[in-house]
Amino acid sequence: MKKLLIATVIGVVTLLAPGAHASKVTKITGAGSSFAYPLYSAWADRYAKQTGVELNYQSIGSGGGIRQIEAGTVDFGASDAPLTVEQLKKEGLVQFPAAMGGVIPTINVPGVKPGQMVLSGPVLADIFLGKITKWNDSAIKKLNPGLDLPDLHITVVHRSDGSGTTFIFTDYLSKVSAGWKSGLGVGKAVDWPSSGNVGGKGNEGVAAYVDRIKGAIGYNEYAYVLKNRMNYADMVNSAGHRVAPTARNFAAAAANADWSHAPGYYLMLTDQPGADSWPITGATFVLVHANPKHPGQVRAVLDFFNWSFTHGRSIADSLDYIPMPASVVKLIKTTWHKEVMIKDLP
Amino acid sequence: MSEDTSASSLSASVALATAARLRRGRRYDAVFRWGTQVFAWLVLLVLGAIIVVLFHGGWPAFQHFGAHFFVSSAWNPVKNDYGAASSILGTLVTSAIAIVLAVPISFGIALFVTEIAPRWLRRPIGIAVELLAGIPSIIYGIWGLFIFAPWFSDDIQPALTNTLGRLPWIGQFFQGPPIGLGWAVAGFILTIMIIPFIAAVMRDVFEVVPVTLKESAYAIGSTRWEVARKVVLPYTRIGVIGGIMLGLGRALGETMAVTFVVGNAHDLHISLFMPGNTIASSIANEFTEADTLMHRSALIALGLILFAITFVVLALAKWMLARMERAQGEST
Repeated sequence: MKKLLIATVIGVVTLLAPGAHASKVTKITGAGSSFAYPLYSAWADRYAKQTGVELNYQSIGSGGGIRQIEAGTVDFGASDAPLTVEQLKKEGLVQFPAAMGGVIPTINVPGVKPGQMVLSGPVLADIFLGKITKWNDSAIKKLNPGLDLPDLHITVVHRSDGSGTTFIFTDYLSKVSAGWKSGLGVGKAVDWPSSGNVGGKGNEGVAAYVDRIKGAIGYNEYAYVLKNRMNYADMVNSAGHRVAPTARNFAAAAANADWSHAPGYYLMLTDQPGADSWPITGATFVLVHANPKHPGQVRAVLDFFNWSFTHGRSIADSLDYIPMPASVVKLIKTTWHKEVMIKDLP
Repeated sequence: MSEDTSASSLSASVALATAARLRRGRRYDAVFRWGTQVFAWLVLLVLGAIIVVLFHGGWPAFQHFGAHFFVSSAWNPVKNDYGAASSILGTLVTSAIAIVLAVPISFGIALFVTEIAPRWLRRPIGIAVELLAGIPSIIYGIWGLFIFAPWFSDDIQPALTNTLGRLPWIGQFFQGPPIGLGWAVAGFILTIMIIPFIAAVMRDVFEVVPVTLKESAYAIGSTRWEVARKVVLPYTRIGVIGGIMLGLGRALGETMAVTFVVGNAHDLHISLFMPGNTIASSIANEFTEADTLMHRSALIALGLILFAITFVVLALAKWMLARMERAQGEST
């Protein structure tokens, strides 16, 4: 009788144990955007301490992130270039933005200090098109009457790897320059036209080349510009105002963005209206499967981002990313409930 | 009688034991033969598999672009238009610069270490050369970008542009903005990287030249140069060419160090000072983010082309050696 009782207890425990185990996820995996990597790892660090759930994030680039989530080898993919609604439908993915940031033209012009120079969209496009080849070109002089500009060749520095940063940057140039739009277009890598252009691998590669080459101009994520105290130029935005690259001005661009009318959150934040809007602003996106094979994992991913949207704001601020506004977070949660086929979502 | 039997039984048991050992030995022999055979075939199998995979992956690009792929310098991921010309040319030019500079320097190092240096100096220099060969390529890349390239662009390149750049025909090879990134700098970094390989092999083969041969040459009044040129080199030419090919192979496939200093631009220029790229650097830069089929296929096709270039280089070396051997046979 006693034996039977023990056997029953053991049986019940072994029956329950795997079920109890499966519902408790302790590790989630993600891959993609290198732009978002510092933010996700800072969030994950705090999150693991509070909940015990660890994030294994591979910073392999946006293209790689899209490939991995399509193949189903990770729980979520991360990309700085959003997928279109058709692409999302085809692969059965749900997309939402996680944070925003700015892209800054970085320069190396002897005698010019950070923020002293100002460039406009069309002039920036002409420089990267190779139409403006000297720093003392009349178009640059006209924007900067007070600066003593040298007779120095402009060396264009761009990303040699495919990059979400390039996507945001070329999207902006396409909006402000018809020549860019028809000749080159928008992409994570484009056919850089200027003679003698140089490609650097990653944000750090571009930063190193711009620092090294006299007369160079490149583009970098804001965090890299700040950390490396790089020389940068202000921009003239679509309202015709001169704006500096600051978190406040990125947020101004983000505030004007109309996420509610962007299906699949396909929205580029470049060239936004508003007096203070920094013109080259972009978001980084997260991709999950709408009908996942392992619902528990995706639920844990959404739990993580739900926590990040509320408890991770100060971390995002401290790392110079712009957290998503509360109104957008509300929208994102509605999207989760509508499109992700899992019960009891956050 | 009893002694006889015991002796014969002893010899019989010895014979038995020997036979058993022989049988066992034969069994081990067979196992050993099979084992080595499997390993050898495995190499061929892996090689074949690599070719098949590269060909299969690159096929869409070859099919879509045809022969145009080899001569076009377009590289436009937005419009999915790709050509291999700039990468192929960059690979060949940077490797050529490296070989042209590295071979004489390595020859000098090897000759000094084996023939000229005092005995106490030979080991330290030899060990230093071998240590240089062991430095990871990324270190050379970082050094090239942060130390060598600035120095080259500030001090060397303007001087070259103002002298060689003014010459009538070859001048165009030496013109361009002094940015310190391009074919020339990549070639110089490769030179430094492959010198240890070539020098180490040359030193090893120079050391096996029989002393009697050299002493005989000295005895009839040859100078050191004549001994090196007429005795040491002919005796060791297979090893020397092998060392050069080892260096060339490394230069053709070198990735990280070149990616740092070549400039990574898919452009065709005449000038050695303009940024370009190589096959290996293009693949390293773009493979992770190549998310269209054609982009990935074009990169894999580049890989196959690099494979073919390496194969042709090796085949040419073998053919050259065979021809030299025949010429040697006819002249004696």
